[in-house]
Amino acid sequence: MSAVLPAWTILLVSALYVGLLFAVAYTADKLGDRGLSLVNNPYVYTLSIAVYCTAWTFYGSVGLAAEHGLAFLTIYLGPTLMAIVWWVVLRKIVRISKLYRLTSIADFIAARYGKSMLLGGLAAFIALVGTTPYIALQLQAVSSSFDVLLHFPDMEAVQAGSAGLLDDKALYVAVLLALFTILFGTRHIDATERLEGMVVAVAFESVVKLIAFLAVGIFVTFVLFAGPVELFREAAATPAIQELGLLTGLPGGYQSWIAMLALSALAILFLPRQWQVSVVENVNEDHIRTASWLFPLYLLVINLFVLPVTLAGLLFFGDEIPGDDYVLALPLAVDQGLLGLLVYIGGFSAATGMVIVATIAVAIMVSNDIVTPALLRLRRFHARGRHDLSRLIVAIRRLVICVILALGYIYYLLIADTHALVSIGLISFAAVAQFAPAVLLGLFWKGASRRGALAGLVAGFLLWVYTLLLPSLAEAGLLGEQLLRDGPWGVEWLHPYALFGLEGMDPIAHAFFWTMLANLGLLLGVSLFDRQGDMERIQATLFVDVFLRSERDARFWEGTATVGDLQDLLGRFLGPERSAEVIREYGAHRGRPLDEAEQARPELVNHVERLLAGSIGSASARVMVSSIVKGEALSYEGVMEILDATSRAIEYSRQLEEKSRALESATEELRAANERLKELDQLKDEFVSMVSHELRTPLTSIRAFGEILLNNPEMDADQRREFLEVVVRESERLTRLINQVLDLSKIESGSAQWQLEDVDLSRLAREAAESTQQLFADRQTQLHIEVTSDDNAVKGDPDRLMQLIINLLSNASKFTEPGEGQVWLRLEPGRGDTLRLSVTDNGPGISEEDQRRIFDKFHQISQQQAGKPKGSGLGLAICRLIADAHWGTLWVESEPGAGASFVCELPCAGGEHSNVTGYVAFTEHGPTSPGEASA
Amino acid sequence: MTGRRSERLTALALLGVVLFNYPVLSLFAVDGKVLGVPVLYAYFFTVWAGLIAAVARLNRAAARG
Repeated sequence: MSAVLPAWTILLVSALYVGLLFAVAYTADKLGDRGLSLVNNPYVYTLSIAVYCTAWTFYGSVGLAAEHGLAFLTIYLGPTLMAIVWWVVLRKIVRISKLYRLTSIADFIAARYGKSMLLGGLAAFIALVGTTPYIALQLQAVSSSFDVLLHFPDMEAVQAGSAGLLDDKALYVAVLLALFTILFGTRHIDATERLEGMVVAVAFESVVKLIAFLAVGIFVTFVLFAGPVELFREAAATPAIQELGLLTGLPGGYQSWIAMLALSALAILFLPRQWQVSVVENVNEDHIRTASWLFPLYLLVINLFVLPVTLAGLLFFGDEIPGDDYVLALPLAVDQGLLGLLVYIGGFSAATGMVIVATIAVAIMVSNDIVTPALLRLRRFHARGRHDLSRLIVAIRRLVICVILALGYIYYLLIADTHALVSIGLISFAAVAQFAPAVLLGLFWKGASRRGALAGLVAGFLLWVYTLLLPSLAEAGLLGEQLLRDGPWGVEWLHPYALFGLEGMDPIAHAFFWTMLANLGLLLGVSLFDRQGDMERIQATLFVDVFLRSERDARFWEGTATVGDLQDLLGRFLGPERSAEVIREYGAHRGRPLDEAEQARPELVNHVERLLAGSIGSASARVMVSSIVKGEALSYEGVMEILDATSRAIEYSRQLEEKSRALESATEELRAANERLKELDQLKDEFVSMVSHELRTPLTSIRAFGEILLNNPEMDADQRREFLEVVVRESERLTRLINQVLDLSKIESGSAQWQLEDVDLSRLAREAAESTQQLFADRQTQLHIEVTSDDNAVKGDPDRLMQLIINLLSNASKFTEPGEGQVWLRLEPGRGDTLRLSVTDNGPGISEEDQRRIFDKFHQISQQQAGKPKGSGLGLAICRLIADAHWGTLWVESEPGAGASFVCELPCAGGEHSNVTGYVAFTEHGPTSPGEASA
Repeated sequence: MTGRRSERLTALALLGVVLFNYPVLSLFAVDGKVLGVPVLYAYFFTVWAGLIAAVARLNRAAARG
C-alpha cells in the first residue's frame, strides 16, 4: 500500500494554513487599529485560553490513555478545578497586573517582592528553561505527524523520519513561527499593549483543533464502530486491553494521579503562555466569569472522544505503532486521506498556537527581566544618555524570539524520538509549578519576603533540574547512563528518581514532592524569620490589599526631578513623540501644560515609572527613575500614611455621600408629611367651622324662643307649649348632632376598637328595620325587605353595621313624600365574593353634582324641594367610614326625580379577611373619601 | 456580593478536589457499565459536567447581584 497523500499536497496545505493564520492576525490587527476590537469579548478570551490544548492534547492524550487509561484526564481536571476559583485568584492577578503594568509572570514576582531584579531574572530564566522542552515537543509533534501522514502505513519509514537538516519540517515550522511571532508579537514596545492579531489567531486555532479532533472522534466512534457502547463492549472483550485495566481503574496509581492533578491545576495559571493570554491580554475582568465555566467546557468536549479513539487504536493496531500516532493513523488506515489531512491540520494548529504564545511570553520576560537590566548596567546605556533605546529593545525582543525557537529546535534535535509527548509536557509543568508558592502566597500573605521567595525558587528549580531535566537528558543518551542506573558516581541515595531513598514513586510525583517541599518550605521558613525592607513591605501591602485601597494616588517618591528629565527618560524607551504626548496628556489632565524646567509632582514620577514598567519591567523602571530623581524614595511608613490618608478620605467622602443621600430622602419624607398635615389641618378648620355653624342654628332658635318666653310671661298656654316644643326639638337636634360629631371623630381618629365577628347581615337588616319601624310609621312610608342571598355572613362589628343600615334607612325615610313613600331594603349577592346591601327610595332623587359630594361631611342637599335641612350632614360620612373599615364600598345610584339607591358591598366572611380576629384599628382614609349626605 | 461569590466558588473547587481524588475515586474504579459506558468514565464526565454547570450558575447569578 502506498502513501495516501503526496508530500507536496501536505506541504501546500500546511503553507496555506499558515498563510490563513497570517491573514487572520493581520485582519484582526487592522480592525483593532480602527477601533473594532475583536478581543473585547469573553468568547475570544476563552478560546485564546484554550491555547492550553497543544499538540500534546491533540496526539498525546491518546498516547497517555493507551498506557495509563483515564490518567490523561488529570491534565484537564486540574485546570477545571483551578478555573472554578479564577474569580478569586486570577481576577486579583489581573487587577494587580493592569494597575502596575506588569507584563509577565517574572515581572509579577519581581514587583511583588520589592521590585527585585534578581528575582525577576531568575523567574525569567526558569520560564525559559522550562518552556524550551515544551516548544521542542510541539516541533516534534508537527514533524512526526507529517511523517505519519506521508509514510503510513510504512512504519519503518515513519520511524526513520526525514534525513538531513534541510529536509526537516520542524526547522521550516520553527522559522515560519519565528516570523509570525516577530510580526504580530512585537508591534509595540510597550508590552502592556494588546497583541490583538496574535490573540485572535490563537482563538481561531482553538476552533480548528477542536473541530479536527471532534471530526476524527466522531468518525472513529460512529463510522468505524457502531457507537461508543459497541466500542466499549468490543474493547472489554479483548484480553489485551482488559489486562491494561484502562476502564476499571487508574493504572498509574493514586499518587501520580494526585501529583498530575496538582501540577496541571498550577500549570493553567503559571505556564508563561497561559499567563500571557489570561492575564496580560485580558481586556475586561468580567470576561473571567464566562471563561471560568466555558473553558472547562471546552476541555470536556475535546476530551470526550479521547478514550474511544484510544480503544479503537488499540483494537486496530495494538502495539504496532505508538499510541501518540493513533489519532492520525486511524483515518489513514481506512484510506480516509482527507480526514487525515484535517487531523494533521488540527494538530498543526494546536502546536503552532502554543509555540507562538509561549515564545512571545518568554521573549518579553527574557528581554524585560534579563537583557534590559543587564544592558542598563552598562555605563554607556545609563540613564542620562541620549540614545533612543526603544528600537533597541524591540530588536532585542525579536532576537530573543529567534533564540528561543532555536533553543527549542536544538532541544528537539537532541531528544527527538526518545520521549513520549506526555513526559516532556509534564517536565515543563513541574518547572512552572515552581512559580506557584511565590505568586499564590505573595498574593494573599503580606509576610512572604524577597529572600524567602528567592530561596524557594532557587531550591525548587535546582531540584527540578536534578530530578527531571538531567534524567531526561540522560535518557536521551546525552549524559552517562550510569546516572539513572546507580545514581551519580554510584551514590545510591542521590538517584534522581529516588532522592534520599524515596522509592516507589513515578518520576513526576517524586519530583513534584521534593521541589514543592523545598520551595514552599524555604519560602515559608525564610519569610517567617526575615525582616522585610521598606520597598518589599510597600509592594506586599499593595498586592495583597489591591481590592481594598485606591492606588491611584499612591506615591513613592519624595525626591524631585524636573519634567524635562522625566520626558527625556521616557523618550528613550517609548520614543520622543509618545513621550511628549504622555507629558502633554498629563498636563491636560492637570488643567495646565507642564513646563520642562518645573519640578514634577510625585504623581507624575509615579506615572512615568509605571509606563516604563510596561516596556522594560518594573525592576528596571525603578532603577531608571531613581537614577534621575534626587532624594530618597519614601519609607514604608510614609507610603502607608499617604495610602491610608487617601483611602480614609475616600471612605469619608463615601460616608458623607451616603449621609447626604439619607438626609435628602428624610427631607423629602418630611416635606410630604408636612403637606399632608397642612391638608388635614385645613380640613379640620373647615370641619370646625361647619360644626360651629351647624351648632349655632339650633342654638339660635332655642335662645330666640327662650327669650320670647322670658319676655312675654302672659303668653297663652297653647303658644307657650308650641314654643317649648320647638325648644325641645331643637335641643334634640343639637344632641344628635353632637353625638354624631363625637362618633365621627372617634372613628376617624382610629381609636375606635371594634369587635370583629361573623355577623349574619340579614338578621342585622331585620333588626334595623324593626328599630326604624316607628320612623316609617310616622311618615306613612312603606318599608319592604327583600333577601335573595343564602349565606349572609360577613366579618364585622354588629353595632357599627347596624348603625350603617339604620343611617341609610332613616336617610331614606326622610326623603320620601309622606303617604306615598316606598323604601326597599335589599340583600343580594354582589360582585365577586361580596354581599350587596342596598336601600332604595322613590323620593326626589339626587342631582349628579350632589351625588359626587353627598358623602362629604356637612354636605346638605339644598334644593328648594328639600327645604330646610333635614339632617346633621354627618350620617352618610359615618356610613362611608364604617363601610371602608369593613373593606367594603358604599356609593349612591340615582336619577333626579326617580328616587335614589344607596348601595354597600361588603366582603363575605371566609374570604381574604377571614383570618382577621379581635379588633381592627380603624384604617386611615384619604382626606376626601369620608363624606355624607344630609338629605 | 463578590465576597459571597468567592466563598461559594472556593467551596465548589474544594468539592471538586474531593470528588476527583482518592478515596472517592476508588468507589467508582470498578468493573461494570452504566448505559453501556464504563462506570469510571461515566463518573468523570458526569461530575465534570456538573461542576461546569455549577460554576456557570454561580458566575451568572452573581452577575445580577
